[in-house]
Parts: sequence; C-alpha cells; structure tokens
Amino acid sequence: MSAQPTSTAPDVVNIEVDGKPVQIRKGAMIIEAADAVGIAIPRFCYHRKLPIAANCRMCLVDVEMGGRPMPKPQPACATPVGEGMKVTTRSDKALKFQKDVMEFLLINHPLDCPICDQGGECELQDVALGYGRSVSRYTERKRTIADENIGPLVATEMTRCIQCTRCVRFTSEIAGSYELGGMSRGENLQIGTYIGKTVETELSGNIIDVCPVGALTNKPFQFQARAWELIARPSVAYHDALGSNLWLHTRRGDVLRTVPRDNESVNECWLSDRDRYSHQGLYAADRVSAPQVKRNGQWQQTTWDDALSVAAEALKGVPGSELGVLVHPATTNEEADLLLRLARSLGSAHVDHRLRQLDFADNAVATRFGLPVAEVSQVQAALLVGSDLRREMPLLNHRLHQATKKGAKVYAVNPAAFDFNYKLAGAAIVPPQGMVDALLALARAAVAEGSAAPVALADAINAAASDAGDHAAIAALKAGKAVVILGEAAATHPEASWLRAIARFVATATGAGYNELPVGANAVGLAQLGVVPGNGGLDAQAMLVQPRKAYVLYGVEPPQDFADGTLVLEALRGAQQVVAFSAYASDALREVADVILPIALLPEADGTLVNVDGVAQAVQAGAKAPGETRPGWKVLRALGGLMKFAGFEFDDLAGLRDGIAARAVVARDSLAARKPVAGLARIATWPIYRSDAVLRRATALNAHPLNRAPAARINADVAARLGLADGAAVRVGDATLPLAIDHSVPDGAVWIEAAQDSTATLPPYGAAITLSKA
Amino acid sequence: MKATGHYDQVKNVDPLAVLNQHTRQHIDHWLTKFPPDRKRSALIQALFAAQEQNQGFLTDELIAAVAKYLDLPAVWAYEVASFYSMLETRPVGRNNVAICTNISCWLNGGVDLVKHCEKKLGIKLGESTADGRIYLKREEECIAACVYAPAMTVNGHYHERITIEKLDAILDGLE
Repeated sequence: MSAQPTSTAPDVVNIEVDGKPVQIRKGAMIIEAADAVGIAIPRFCYHRKLPIAANCRMCLVDVEMGGRPMPKPQPACATPVGEGMKVTTRSDKALKFQKDVMEFLLINHPLDCPICDQGGECELQDVALGYGRSVSRYTERKRTIADENIGPLVATEMTRCIQCTRCVRFTSEIAGSYELGGMSRGENLQIGTYIGKTVETELSGNIIDVCPVGALTNKPFQFQARAWELIARPSVAYHDALGSNLWLHTRRGDVLRTVPRDNESVNECWLSDRDRYSHQGLYAADRVSAPQVKRNGQWQQTTWDDALSVAAEALKGVPGSELGVLVHPATTNEEADLLLRLARSLGSAHVDHRLRQLDFADNAVATRFGLPVAEVSQVQAALLVGSDLRREMPLLNHRLHQATKKGAKVYAVNPAAFDFNYKLAGAAIVPPQGMVDALLALARAAVAEGSAAPVALADAINAAASDAGDHAAIAALKAGKAVVILGEAAATHPEASWLRAIARFVATATGAGYNELPVGANAVGLAQLGVVPGNGGLDAQAMLVQPRKAYVLYGVEPPQDFADGTLVLEALRGAQQVVAFSAYASDALREVADVILPIALLPEADGTLVNVDGVAQAVQAGAKAPGETRPGWKVLRALGGLMKFAGFEFDDLAGLRDGIAARAVVARDSLAARKPVAGLARIATWPIYRSDAVLRRATALNAHPLNRAPAARINADVAARLGLADGAAVRVGDATLPLAIDHSVPDGAVWIEAAQDSTATLPPYGAAITLSKA
Repeated sequence: MKATGHYDQVKNVDPLAVLNQHTRQHIDHWLTKFPPDRKRSALIQALFAAQEQNQGFLTDELIAAVAKYLDLPAVWAYEVASFYSMLETRPVGRNNVAICTNISCWLNGGVDLVKHCEKKLGIKLGESTADGRIYLKREEECIAACVYAPAMTVNGHYHERITIEKLDAILDGLE
C-alpha cells in the first residue's frame, strides 16, 4: 500500500493522453478521455451514443500502465482508463498500427469516391488521408456485394461497407427495431436485412449519419449535390412540438437535405425521418408562388397590392362577430401575435389554433412538459394515455425506449394496440368510448392507495371498476421517477377533458410528471400568446358548428388539418369570404377560398417556436421561398398597414417582437357530457407522414410503409360478426375503403387513419361508424 | 448474398403452424438450459431442429418461425443461420454427406474420396443430386476425427477409415 491515490473523488481517475493530463470518470474508455481534451483518435465503429463494438480496430493506441508499456497497442474505444495510465496516440508504434489497420479496411473498399455520394464528407476518406498510405499495395480482386433495397429513404451501396456495424447497433439499441444484422461471416460478412425488407423504423435516416462510409446514403438527396456546394443553416423541425434542432443543407436557397444539429436536451444527435425528409414537401407541385384571387369563379394570379386590397375588402365586408380565424398550430409566435392584432382590430373574438381538438369543455391548451424531455430517459415508470408515441413524437419515444432498457415499466391506456419498440408492462386496449372508464379504473386504484380524489371526479372514480393490474401500475408509478404522457389520441378524443383531468390526477397522486403532447409544433407558444377565443369567442369547433360568414385560414389545409373534415368543408363552402394565407393551393382550398396569399414555410422565414420544454427557439430563414411568396409576418404587416390598424406600425422583426406579450389562457374546470356510442366508434389517428400539409407532399415519406394505405381496420371478431372479409371493399360514410383485419384494434372500434385523401372527410374520432359492403 | 426478398411471405409467419411438435419440444428442452432472458443462446439448437424437420435445410419462413417462437428479433436468427456452416440456408439434398479434407484426412486420401463421390453421383462438391437424395457438403473443415482418417459424417454420424468400397456401401444405403 505504498502508492498514494492522487485523485480526490473516488469515481474519477487521472490519466495522461499525449502528455495532457485528463480527469475522467472511472469506467470511461480512453477514446472518451481523448475526445474530452480534443485529441483526435481515428475511429469508425465507435460512436458515443452506441454500444462499443471494437471491431474496426482503427483506434489502436499505445498504452503504458504503472510504468510498463502494454505489449500490444490497445483499442482506445474498448480500453477502460486506469489511474496513472499514459496513452500515446501518435507514437511511431501507434501510427504504424493505425496505418496497417487502415490498409486492411481499404482492401475491399472500392475506389469509387468520384461517384460516391459520401465523397467530400466521408470519414473513411478523411481518415485514409490522415492515417493511411498514399498507395495501395493490394492488387488482388476486390469483393463486391449485391445491393438491397431498404426503402425510399436510405440508399445502399453495400460494396462500400466496412462492417463497422454502427447501423446494426443503431437499429437495435436506439431504434429498437432490430432490422439490420451482420450476415455470413469472415470475408463474406455483410450487413443487411437478409430477407429484403424496408427498414421501417421511424428513425431510419440516422443510419445515414452514423455510417462512416458511403454504404448508406440519403436516397432523395442521391446525386443532387456535393457537400462543398451546400450551405448549412441552422433551423428547427416543425412537425412536432419537440422542436428538434437541425441543419438545412441548401444550395442557392433550395433545401436539398436536412441533418441533425446536436442538442443534448432536445434531439441529442438524432433526427426523426419525419423531420429529415419533410423538405421535399417544400417543392410540391401545388405550392403557390404568387398571390391568387378568385374572380367570377376563376382563379387569377395577381400582384400583392391587388391581392391584399381584395383581402382587406373581404375582411371589412363582414362584421367582426361573423369572422372566424383558424390558425395552424405550427404557426410562429410572430405571425400568431399579428393574427391576434388583426382579429382584434376587426372586432372578432373567434380565433383558435386547436383544429384537431373535439372537446373544449375544459378549454385546454398545450402546456409545457412537467418532466423535461431530457429526464424522460431516466424514468422508472411511465403511463401513456392515448398515445401512439412512436409516431406522435418519435424522439420522445426514443427517450422512453432508453428508459425501458434500464428497466422502466411502461403502461398504456390506448384505443388500439399501437406498435411500440418496447414491451408494455401493462396495457388497457379499449375502444375510444371505453377510454375514460379504463382510466377511471386506474384512478380508483390510486384512490385505494390513499390519494384523495378531486371533487369533480370523485363519483366517477367510485363507480369505476377495479383490477389488480391497475394497482400494479399505480405502485410502479409511485416507486420512483415517473411520467404520465397524454398523447394525441387522448388530446383529440371527444372526451379529452375527462382523460386530461384523470391523467392529471393520476400524475399528482403518484408524484409523476405530467407531459401532455401538444398537438402542433408551436401549440405551446400559441397557448402562451393566447391564440384562443377571446371574450364571447367561439372555439375552433364551435365556429364551424355555428358557421361564420367569413374565415381567415392561416397555414391550414382543409379538410385534412381538422378534427371533422366534413364540418369544416361545409362551413367554408357556406362562407361569403374566405381569406387563405397558405403555402399550398390544394383543390379543396381553391374551391372554398376567395383569395390565397402565399406565405413562406418555416425553413424559409424567420420566426419563433416554443417547444415542449417551454424553450422558445428562434430561427432565421434558411431557404428561399418560391416566387412572390413572403414570410407570413410581412404579409400580415402589409395587410394590417393597408387597413390602417393599430399594432402594425413596426418596421422590422425586432420591432414586432418587442410588441409581443404573453396572455394567459383561463382553463375551465368543467367536463364534457359523456355520450354513449352505439356500435363501432372510429379511432382517428393522424398518420406519422400525413400530419401537416408539408408532410403530405413529401414524396419519399409518403412512399414509406409507415404511411399505410387508407383502410378500415377492425379485428377478426368484429369482422366475423359483420360478415366482412379481409380486403373486402366497405362503405364508410361517403368513402369506399378496403377492410383490413387488424388484431391491434379492440372490439367496438374501427381504426381509420385521418388525413388521407379518402379519409379526411369521414366522421371524426369517437363518432359512430357503420360499415357496409360496397 | 443478395437479399432473398421473402419478407412478405415470412412477416406474419405462425411458428406453431410452421414448426412441428417434435421441433418445438426440442427447442423447449434447450430453453431450459439457459436463463429466461438469454433465449438467444438457444438459437443454434432451435435452428438445427428446424433444419432437421425440413430434411436438411432452412427456409426463410422456418428461420423467422424459430425467431418468433423464441420471441427474438428475426434478424438475430438470420445472422446465426447464415453464420454457421452446419446450417444450410439454400435447398440441399436430404442426406448431408460431409467428407473431411483437412490435413490428416487429406494425407490419407480424403480428396480421392471426394473425387470418387463427385464421379459416382455426377455432382460437384457443394451440390445435391437431382433426386434430392444426397448433398455433398461444401468443403468441410476438420471434423476432429484425425485418428481415424479419412473420415466423414453422414447426417451428423461419423464414419471412419473410409475406403472407396465402404463409401459406396454407405452412399448406396442412403434413402
């Protein structure tokens, strides 16, 4: 016991890398220590977010421990640090080994860099230049590998693969889908699916980023541009309220691809496919590039002056109480505040962004997460209430998936057995009309465990059923850090006020965080600004049920963006004036609108979005908007200025932002009246790649299997009772859909995904559906 | 290896229909030898049983069924099936004849035995007879029977100190 420990903290060790002293936690690998002090060690298979494989051997370094050099160089990614360890990354011996490994890795790698999409941004190219020989001594025949088609998002050229297995580890450990593997062995080892399937995880694009060579590349981006032609501009994703940070890679103002921008508290280093490939939608055929006005039933392209004066006339022509303003929930704070000013000046209190909400009894708006996103991966238990989390917010589900790998128990009360990439510890799969009762049973278990039921819910809770599974779930939620996640399938439910109240009670009773998924990328921001009906105003549903004479549509696409497609189309068709601020002119919009003012989409405009953690993320325009399209705030400024309204005098964005103030939304305590549903109730979920106008135009995403063909899904028992066979054509309302036997749908429900062309106008979520043979 | 393209045929495979009772019993037996959370360890034996059930080779459907029966990702089963040389992933004859040509057997005439077989059966090493009776296994590595060289295995059973006559008798005796 002569050696004196030099480190004070017991879990920290001191080592030396290339003469630089480093303090690092016990159990860390040498490569982490080197990365911490900025010493570059070449690597291919090591990735800080993936488990260690140590199979590329590129990171070999010289290690000396206790004054004695190790006889062979050690892989830095798989050698844990030890007190007093001395690491040399650039000694002659280390360099020699690195050079030799590099030569081995290049043996079968084709020299096709000029036609390889990875050229110029390739880890293999970079490392070969830095650590390899300038000449290849290998003259034998190189191996080639047949390619697999793994879907519309990722292009493969497996001959270039160096078998680092990062993609294999990504699909198993991060995506949890286990879709790629190492087939055969030795020299024949190759990465693939074996059976030739599409990689179906919602995070598949990340295998492109982790691939150090050009084996896996971005398919829609294939052969479009070289890395050095692109300008990277920071932006954020706008298809869910997580607000993933990303880089737009643009050439001459066009977004050619999207890659993640590291932010540990939001998206780490990942990006969901939805955020990565949505940019294709920016360049859809029905994008509007100039203002359009409908005159005598004919659409005409016109100037901004003309279009704005037509819009101003239209808005002035009706009393304010007859004007409804419908705002898309991904609208930026700046635009939303101007819309409020416009509505107020026009005397309208009917402003709302909760387009997919059916139950307004509690006047609920989106709130920030009770448990921050970054902590969701540390929970020991979670309860999902009406959430297909994997598709609603892919990277939040990823956090929960990481928690389950550490033993977290996830329970769910869902209207269908949604597909998760982890096993649920318990689930109540009930049709929409049974969700409140199933959740009440859970609340009853919480009351039985000693929590006092809130007055408004007490009777309902006492009347609820009780079973052992509920008690286990409550006990698990109480046992440690936990979260209750209320998903879109609950927030858009016709009895959402009940689900919300009970879920909040369960969260309070168990000490769990309450995280309600905002429906829309900036729903939290719009809630903070009070983009909801003012005094006496009608909410999004009410202003369609009691149709107004005029509407302002801001960034919304009828009927797909609405809870009840038929209702919105009827209201808009009956209106005298419809002023649409829109990036796209769909047929439905052209039918109902009178003037279309083309506004830029988020990547093309400055604006602020507030994410689920309440973080306001201001972004600058990264891309060029087409033609005459202008950022929405400038269009609103011009319109407000033309109408000589107060609040539109600012000169620039800073001036606009100075005038923005938060307005609290007053929640109500009331609960919706519960109506029984006779027969089958509809489950309506927004498919992952159809949830907004941009996504619906993203061609590669829409070709992906996760975007399922429209169908009426019922389980085998229901089908047998109705005498319907799998694949049969059935009539639902005014649509004909194929019937799909789907065991994930409970009795009493029919699952018809929303926002497909043929399903957008069907009766809404929770409504009774009759299926008949077509 | 090109992807087989059988995904649509195997994605909804029912392991109880594809694996017969004997195979499942064999798998269940092997499952008892590993901890419950280490079912992956039973993959080799499970695949081997499935191969036996199918008279000597695995199909994509069988491999997927084994994975599903063990509640493992299918890709793990494909990795194992494609890795081990005793698991055949393409259709081969029902009798697996593997003649050792490693050093001891080679010095004692193993290669001559292979040549004799090839001539007698009219197939090359790695091929199967047209009637599906015999599969001459692709060059076999040492089968650990050097003492009795030249040696071979037929359906896993050892035959030692083989002569041409003995070989003929064995091959002719195969059903």
